[in-house]
Amino acid sequence: MSTAKPELDIDTTYKFGWHDPANYVFEPKKGLNADVVREISMLKNEPEWMTKFRLRSLEIFESREIPDWGGDLSSLDFQDIYYYIRATESQGRSWDDVPDDIRNTFDRLGIPEAEQKFLAGVSAQYESEVVYHSIREDLEQKGVIFCDTDTALREHEEIFREYWATVIPPGDNTFSALNSAVWSGGSFIWVPEGVQIDIPLQAYFRINAESMGQFERTLIICEPGSYVHYVEGCTAPTYSADSLHSAVVEIIVKKGARCRYSTIQNWSNNVYNLVTKRAVAHEDAVMEWIDGNLGSKLTMKYPAVWMVGPRARGEVLSVAMAGPGMHQDAGAKMVHVASDTSSTIISKSISQGGGRTSYRGLVKVEPGARRVKASVVCDALLLDDDSRSDTYPYMDIQAADTSIGHEATVSKVADDQIFYLMSRGLSEGEAMAMIVRGFIEPIAKELPMEYAVELNRLIELQMEGSIG
Amino acid sequence: MADPILKIEGLEVAVDNTPILKGVDLEVPQGEVHALMGPNGSGKSTLAYALAGHPRYEITGGSVMFGGQDLADMGADERAQAGLFLAMQYPVEVPGVSVMNFLRTAVNATRGEEVPVREFARLFKEKSDLLTFDPSFADRYLNEGFSGGEKKRHEILQMALLEPAFAILDETDSGLDVDALRIVAEGVNAQRGPDLGVLIITHYTRILNYIRPDVVHVMFDGRIARTGGPDLADHLEEKGYVEFGSAETAAAPR
Repeated sequence: MSTAKPELDIDTTYKFGWHDPANYVFEPKKGLNADVVREISMLKNEPEWMTKFRLRSLEIFESREIPDWGGDLSSLDFQDIYYYIRATESQGRSWDDVPDDIRNTFDRLGIPEAEQKFLAGVSAQYESEVVYHSIREDLEQKGVIFCDTDTALREHEEIFREYWATVIPPGDNTFSALNSAVWSGGSFIWVPEGVQIDIPLQAYFRINAESMGQFERTLIICEPGSYVHYVEGCTAPTYSADSLHSAVVEIIVKKGARCRYSTIQNWSNNVYNLVTKRAVAHEDAVMEWIDGNLGSKLTMKYPAVWMVGPRARGEVLSVAMAGPGMHQDAGAKMVHVASDTSSTIISKSISQGGGRTSYRGLVKVEPGARRVKASVVCDALLLDDDSRSDTYPYMDIQAADTSIGHEATVSKVADDQIFYLMSRGLSEGEAMAMIVRGFIEPIAKELPMEYAVELNRLIELQMEGSIG
Repeated sequence: MADPILKIEGLEVAVDNTPILKGVDLEVPQGEVHALMGPNGSGKSTLAYALAGHPRYEITGGSVMFGGQDLADMGADERAQAGLFLAMQYPVEVPGVSVMNFLRTAVNATRGEEVPVREFARLFKEKSDLLTFDPSFADRYLNEGFSGGEKKRHEILQMALLEPAFAILDETDSGLDVDALRIVAEGVNAQRGPDLGVLIITHYTRILNYIRPDVVHVMFDGRIARTGGPDLADHLEEKGYVEFGSAETAAAPR
């Protein structure tokens, strides 16, 4: 619009890029080898089986190739990463116990405020360790376990060991092997039979150091008939050197239980985000992943649901937004093992300012799984001519009576849409934001209101500067 | 005679470097309703888009003054904020954006201030009743799956909510049955008054039986070919555009 004045003219768009001065309890070293892995395990006072598990995982990692599909990992230097940084001596149960610098960071991110308003429990991880943790008392009384994963290993070893690495074994892929070797932090949730947690539990992951590697490990077990909604958010400072975030999330949803896992990932664009997330859904269980990828240099993440019991249901709602210098390679995997299982994948991606999004998804129906229903919808929106979007839908159907729906669209914001909204008084930036908000509406409406607002806000922040 | 709200002098407009308007002169005094008629391809809709500021419609000569401001210096959003409204012939779909959200954003944007939610709700109820929308309409996505009649009524609803100083109705009558046309016309007539100028762009005379114009202009080949009173419309109804060099009729097909 030649005569429109730029309404939004801000040159830095990432609002979470500050960092605190380094003040570490344990002097960090860069690089990865068996000594580093042993040291992490020793610092954590882990049982011997875990030390062995880590070392075996390291061997697997070292024997693997770095994936040559997906995004470009060629400049990721595994020896230029800190694998473990501890910033505090102990974990706080009240924010007053958390060192000032770190508490201020979480204040600026709005975590304590959100906790008071609408959360049933909060976990805040800073570098490698969880520095703050709380859970509503009544949930604790009902037997809900919500703690960081290290604490779970110490205090609930029996239940921990029963499920640990059963959904994603170290050898599953290169990065699950890496995470298994150097994991630290993350959330452990166990919801007793029949317990419904009415409001979300949230974890927040913050990287502070340059060249940091964050490898949290999350394990969620929903006993029969239970329900939990777990939400995670992530940010990091903007540095010139790259950081690595490589998490593993395993979820077991038992008979008739339901788990919803929402992520709003907003890493700065020097973070490689390579995450393995998988859930096993038993008979009549429901697993829902809501996956928002707004930040990072490269994200490779494909939340999966293995439907192993009859009538299990899997759902992935995915929003990805790639701005300048970013590549979001995101999608979903649905594996139908049992009969009468159903799955839905809805993926919405937005590319702008030369950013790149890829949808990569798999729907697999095992032989013997009867009457499976699966639906895949992926829509891409391009905000300009420099940006790119690709779709890689894979189908592996080994049962004859499967019903599969697949739709994919790529669209550009039309000049006529912008004009229509501008002719009603909206600036070009406001018009673009409204179109983008409408585009992701089917997913935003699935989120609790606070998160939907946050998702929209983050998308608008990212759009600023590139419009006008 | 009141000051013109719209004063067009020697306006030339090109689309993709093809000249369409070749020197349009047109004045609408505030408070008057003018009709702009003409056969297909004469340049009527081009004038509408050029006035509203669509970037594809390039002003290559002449001037347009709107309430004392030169429109050429203003973006589409600024023109709307200044009180110019275009009811579109083909309103576009914006998936995922609810009618309510859109209308409220538009009202806030044109007024330049937040209208309290309660006040907006009252305003919306009043105006949507006038245009016979039922309340569930507010939750539908913008123009998505609207019938032809709903789209046009929705355009006039926007006009009612935005309270412009000047409205251009671009072929608002096209594709409407008699009932829908009556509702739309009543919506426009309810807004008529000394603070609203209107330019009704139409191929056919039918809508002018419901909204009586003060002045009728005929456009042909990118220029105003004749200007007259309401009887000019009646004349066109009978004779069509033959005398301007076109075989098209001005009576709506039955």
